[in-house]
Order: sequence, then structure tokens, then C-alpha cells
Amino acid sequence: MANTSAGVVFNSLFEGFWLNLEIFLVTLLLAIPLGLIIMFGSRSRFWPLKWITRTFVWIIRGTPLMLQLMIIFYGPGLLGLTPMKSRVTATLVAFVINYAAYFSEIYRGGIESINRGQYEAGQVLGMTKPQVFFRVILLQVIKRITPAMGNEFMTLVKDTSLARVISVAEIIMSAERFRNMGKIWPLFTTGLFFLIFNGLLTLLFGYLERKMDYFKA
Amino acid sequence: MAILEVKNLSKVFDKLEVIRDISFSMEKGESLAIIGSSGSGKTTLLRCLNGLERPNAGTISVNGKIVFDAQRAGKISAREQRLNQLHFGLVFQQFHLFPQYTVLGNVTLASELLAKGREDYKANKRAILEQIQENGREILRSVGLEAKLDAYPHQLSGGQQQRVAIARALALNPDILCFDEPTSALDPELTGEVLNVIRGLASKKTTMVIVTHEMQFARQVADNALFMDNGVVVEYGKAEEVIGHPHEERTRQFLDRYFQQ
Repeated sequence: MANTSAGVVFNSLFEGFWLNLEIFLVTLLLAIPLGLIIMFGSRSRFWPLKWITRTFVWIIRGTPLMLQLMIIFYGPGLLGLTPMKSRVTATLVAFVINYAAYFSEIYRGGIESINRGQYEAGQVLGMTKPQVFFRVILLQVIKRITPAMGNEFMTLVKDTSLARVISVAEIIMSAERFRNMGKIWPLFTTGLFFLIFNGLLTLLFGYLERKMDYFKA
Repeated sequence: MAILEVKNLSKVFDKLEVIRDISFSMEKGESLAIIGSSGSGKTTLLRCLNGLERPNAGTISVNGKIVFDAQRAGKISAREQRLNQLHFGLVFQQFHLFPQYTVLGNVTLASELLAKGREDYKANKRAILEQIQENGREILRSVGLEAKLDAYPHQLSGGQQQRVAIARALALNPDILCFDEPTSALDPELTGEVLNVIRGLASKKTTMVIVTHEMQFARQVADNALFMDNGVVVEYGKAEEVIGHPHEERTRQFLDRYFQQ
């Protein structure tokens, strides 16, 4: 009989959750800028690029992330290409692509909600397009999309557990091992991990929103 | 020499000729009121002057130098186009202040960005920025907002916001300052403070093009007036004449309707 003392369980859960956090952080780090690139693609005036990008975003947002994980992990091998060696890498690829697609739409909504007059005011004051974007538009967009991004961050924390479908030993998978040994409480306890972490995120986003409270946009 | 000369300017949107063959000129220190009903092309004309629309035909010259020529519009660089634009300043109907900057920041931002292009910027950065700030404060004082330097736009009344917008346009020292119905978005009791600022500019001989619905104001303040209807200039002359004693039937009809309200 394997050791299922509370100490062992918590050790295992912390180890698992560490993986969830890794997936969370790396996904954000890469998906935030990638989303910007996808957004520029879907707003391109060059229509083939625009439609390719929008089709891509439709596919990514229109199919389950769980399925995308499996396709990215098993797909290359099935097609006779080099199979994905690392389960964690496959997970990161799937998460980054998936979240970048969602982020790109949030960015797009934010940018398109800015009054055209802001661009025109910058233009008649002799600003270059990058100056208008970085000095005038960007902060207003950030302020407007912060609540929506907060939602995405919290969803992402919970989604990281989907990695167990390709046997990444994140927290829920770790807990399921104990369930299989007849202990259910570790599985329920995982909820606390998510809850506490998302509580911290809620505080962080509350802080960010207060930081940008000094202006109205 | 005329400070502004507009020749044969036309602009077509989706086959609809919004302004057609517009020509006029202005002398330095002159203020010109452009009047006419909505849809007559007044705002489009102003937007063409300010580079927000690209006319399909015609030329615009400032101080004898062509700053826009429809014949070679696609051939000039974005940079040249941008710098040509600085001959004009524009005050929008809806202000369009930058919400995340203070009042002073709104007025100095563009100057600070332009200063980065100066050759001596690196060497004299501190002095240049200090000069820009001082200039900004000075201009805000002149529109009566010295007490609001550190306020943000949303903390101001509409009239104050529009005065900041005027200061912002003045900060770049344009040759010709344009106003697009500067009081139309304001509550009636707030129009006075904005009109007073414009009146003050006129008395300081600022060259201005003012698109307006305020006929009494135009008549008092503007030197000349231009009445537009359906995209063409119907009548042009001394403001007092055009608004007080119009010669054209269409001008008369427009003003009658206006004064009946």
C-alpha cells in the first residue's frame, strides 16, 4: 500500500500545481505578444492575410482546447513527422496558440472601440502613426481590456489542468492518483489551490484597475 | 502674398462630390467664417485642409508654397506630408483630448515628440523640454486655464475641454488655425467662454478658418465669410455683408431659416 499521508499528498499536490503555474506563466509570456501579432493580421488591409488570420482564429476558438492538446501532441506522429517528444512542450504550444487567438480578439475589440478622433487629433498634431499608437491609443486600450484580460487569466489558471489529457502530471492528475488509491479528499483539495491563486489574481487586477483610475477612457 | 490659397479643390466620396471646385484665399491675420447647412461640405473642406481627407483635385498653398497637390498626392513621403500638415491646426467639434494626459500634457505632447527630431535634442534635452513646458503653461494661461494644468480632461467642463483643445492646437504655432463647429458639442451656457477665446485670438490677428453655426458670432468676429451649399461656394465676401446683407438667393434662404429659429 502506497503512502498516502497528508504530507505526501500535499507534496504531490504542490508539485503538480507548480506545473500548472509554469504552464500559466509561459502561456501568458508568449500569448500576450503573439495575440498582438494575430490582431494585426486580422485587421490587415491585405485581405488574404486578414481572411487567413480570421479563419485561423475561428478554428482555434471554435474547437475544444482539450482536442487541440491531443492534436498537437499526437498529430505530428500520426502524419509521419517527428512526434512531439515532450508532453509539456506540446501543452505549451497548444495553450499559447489558443490563448493568443482569444487575446487577439480582445485586443481587436479594444482597439476598435477607441474613437477615431483620437487618431485624427494625433495626426493633425504631426505625430507619426507609431507615436499615435504608443503614446495615445495603447494605454486607453489597455485600460479598456483589463477587465476582459482578468477574466482570461483566471480561466487560464483553471484550463492548465486540461494538460492531464496528454498525461502531464499537473495538480488534478496528481490528485486522481490518490483517488485511485481510495482517497477522494486530495481531489477536492485541489480546488483550494485554484481558488487561492485566482484570489491573488483578483487582487492584482483590482490594483491594476485602480492604477488606471486616474483617467477615463 | 496670401497666407492660404486654395484652388479648385474637390473631394468625392463614393461617387458623391462632397465639395466641388472650391477656391479661395486668405491674408495673414484674417479670420474666415465658413457657414452653410449641414451636409454642405464645410467640414469636409476643413478636413481636406488638415490632411484628414485627401482631395481628388486641386491644390493648397501656404505662404506661396504648395503643401498639397492632388496631381502628386501619392508621391510625397509620409514625413513630408506630416510636416506640411503643421501649417494647419485643427480644433474638433468633440475636442478629442487625450484622456490619459493632464491638461498640460495634452498641450505639450506633440511638441515634445517633434522636438525629438531636432539635431540638438540630445545635447539640450533638458532645456528644450523646459521651454516646451513653459510655452504650454503660457498658452494655457492665455486661455484662462492656468489653474487646471494638472487636471485630467474628464475633470473639466466641456467649455474648459474645448479651451484645452484650442491651446493644444496653438502650441504648435500653426499658420492657420481651423475650428470645426467648436461650440456645437457644448451646452449653451458654455459656448460663451469658448467664443471669447476665439474672439481674443481674432483680436491678436491669428489667421483662422472657422466653420460655425453661430451667425452672430461669425458676423462680429470674422473678417470674411464663405457660404457653402451642396459642396460649392455660393457667396464669399466681408462677413458683415454675407451675413448681414447677402446677395445670393440661397444665402438669404439659409440665413432666414437660421434667424427664424
